[in-house]
Amino acid sequence: MALLEVNDLRVSFRTPDGIVQAVRGLSFDVDTGKTLGIVGESGSGKSVSTQTIMGLVRGARVSGTALFEGQDLLTMGSRDLQRVRGAEVGMIFQDPLSSLHPYYKVGWQIGEMIRQHDKSVSKSEARKRAVDLLRLVGIPQPDRRVDDYPHQFSGGMRQRAMIAMAMALNPKLLIADEPTTALDVTVQAQVLQVMKTLQEEFGTAIIMITHDLGVIADIADEVIVMYAGAVMERAGRRAIFYENHHPYTEGLLQSLPGYGDDRERLLPIPGSPPSLINLPSGCPFHPRCPYVMDRCKTDVPELAPVGGDVTHLSACWLPHDMDARNARRKDVIGHAEPAPAEALAGAEAAGGEA
Amino acid sequence: MSNQSEAPVASLATDHAADGDVLLKVENLVKYFPVASTSLFSRRRDFVHAVEGVSLEVRRGQTLGLVGETGCGKSTLARCIMRLYDITSGKITFDGHDITKLSRGRMRPLRRDMQMIFQDPYGSLNPRRRVGSIIGDPFAIQGIADGADRKKKVQEVMELVGLNPEHYNRFPAEFSGGQRQRIGVARALAVRPKLIICDEPVSALDVSIQAQIINLLADLQQEFGLTYIFIAHDLSVVRHVSDRVAVMYLGQISESAPTRELWHHPRHPYTDALLSAVPVPNPEAADQRERIILVGDVPSPVAPPSGCRFHPRCPKAAPTCVDTEPELIARLGDGPEHLTKCHFPVEDGEDISLAKPTIGAENRVVETGILAGGDVVLPEALTAEADTKEEA
Repeated sequence: MALLEVNDLRVSFRTPDGIVQAVRGLSFDVDTGKTLGIVGESGSGKSVSTQTIMGLVRGARVSGTALFEGQDLLTMGSRDLQRVRGAEVGMIFQDPLSSLHPYYKVGWQIGEMIRQHDKSVSKSEARKRAVDLLRLVGIPQPDRRVDDYPHQFSGGMRQRAMIAMAMALNPKLLIADEPTTALDVTVQAQVLQVMKTLQEEFGTAIIMITHDLGVIADIADEVIVMYAGAVMERAGRRAIFYENHHPYTEGLLQSLPGYGDDRERLLPIPGSPPSLINLPSGCPFHPRCPYVMDRCKTDVPELAPVGGDVTHLSACWLPHDMDARNARRKDVIGHAEPAPAEALAGAEAAGGEA
Repeated sequence: MSNQSEAPVASLATDHAADGDVLLKVENLVKYFPVASTSLFSRRRDFVHAVEGVSLEVRRGQTLGLVGETGCGKSTLARCIMRLYDITSGKITFDGHDITKLSRGRMRPLRRDMQMIFQDPYGSLNPRRRVGSIIGDPFAIQGIADGADRKKKVQEVMELVGLNPEHYNRFPAEFSGGQRQRIGVARALAVRPKLIICDEPVSALDVSIQAQIINLLADLQQEFGLTYIFIAHDLSVVRHVSDRVAVMYLGQISESAPTRELWHHPRHPYTDALLSAVPVPNPEAADQRERIILVGDVPSPVAPPSGCRFHPRCPKAAPTCVDTEPELIARLGDGPEHLTKCHFPVEDGEDISLAKPTIGAENRVVETGILAGGDVVLPEALTAEADTKEEA
């Protein structure tokens, strides 16, 4: 049994303009010690889905199940959910300044997190543990910095303090929602390194939500690509980059500078993402898809295995046989492989081996 | 270091092309911002050393990429070049005119030739004004066209950047993020400037939209021979658009080189670390490469470190780096286009993740916790269950 199993999660919000269908049938599972990457653009539903699972979304219509160690988080009472949050599942958000309370000392906030779940811990004991945790995540002079306020920390230090807080009770699952987006690259590298090491050491499962395919390539074991509230493609990390099936996955990669290196022009996806109130008929991606066929405009494709591989699913009407798919790729965008060999060589050079 | 006249003199970028080829020349530019004194009775004023002795040249029709982390002074430098800030010292020559000390009134005609595109497509457009009037502003300010003529010109430029000219009377809120950024581009382009400074123009956009704007900027450059200064923290974007790149750290240029040269032969340890930290969308490369993980954060620009400003975080730091500021010159037999501000430049093939600084701990940021590579243990009792607490 997987640590977390989400089945057919649907989330919608009633707004004055109509019903926003933020998540439309999301299923995934995460195993202990593994990292699931969820990638997608703004409004694809990637954040809403995990926030819903953790009971942090209000006023939404929710259906489906989210089994954490066999217990459904979506029907759990708020007291039980509160115990799970923090103790069993840690969370890190994008903006570390707004997720730390500006009025309280960083160390106090970490200590409070511990005391909230274990009343027998004394205040001085909690403080001592906060110092240890700050040291663990690489905050210099933790015994002094523990009494700092969040504004006295730099962006990278705040994010590491958030990781310290999320890891304080050694959770089984860590949900990281764009944890490095607000950070500079060198600091991002530090934070990712801290997360990887913690995972290796404690077997923590990680859900990494990001729009950055570079971060996904670095850290994820399995990847879900979301668009307009639904999963377009789900596959192992290598398959997503080297044998992707769905045109949206392909489009995302093609529009990156540094993928298909040193080209004169990028290949953007034309148009912009659809309104979640008024979704296109059929496949939600069809208005922007270079491979669009008549069927795409009327029928919604289901997630189905690619080339008979049950770990690689794609929701697309293109042939699910990879050879036939690559032949279409050649016709439409000019080359048969998802990433031409020279592109990979270029990307490696971009890796900066001096 | 708080005395303005003590600004260190960085060497000038070697002037190779004929002067007519150079559209913008910045020499030894210094910009300090005063900060409130920490003590009520102290007479000493502290300054943020935002830009300290930057020299650079931008050639006509080319793109200069400016990269660096938050607070390295890249946006301040751009605003100084635009004369949105008065500079502390130095000289700016634009298109043959010394614009360092021009008054606002004297600057205005020149502003026609230098425009700016901003990062935030939400914050940089007045939500209460119609798009046509926003894009028409430069015409109004420069007194170029009015009435029906202005409307025609605005619609032309809207079409040029891929906006529907019929949307002339709409408000910014009716456009998506990518379209808003097109409005920003249209406004900058309206008066056909020679130089456009793009300050993080695509950072707020989704990748698929980002690619649209990058292509648009490239097309416009080709069509009108525009010169860009392109500021971004996303190095893969900078690599794609730039002819030459300057890397900034704490208000100074630490390395500048033609783009390919910089990526293939980074000389400054900071450049090397920065490039190695960029996540690449390629699992194979991500698994293979050795990341250079810098310790600590960028120090405060109020009291920058002595000598080389990078020494507290540099894996190659030696005592010389603490005492003496290196010059920005060609190193290790590089051509005159490739300048590095480092005493111990990185050789081709050298792996600086193996390097160990030879300076005392008091002079550098010391690694702690996980990043120190020591044992990783959760603090005592954290791994224990809550109910075993009583025994302790």
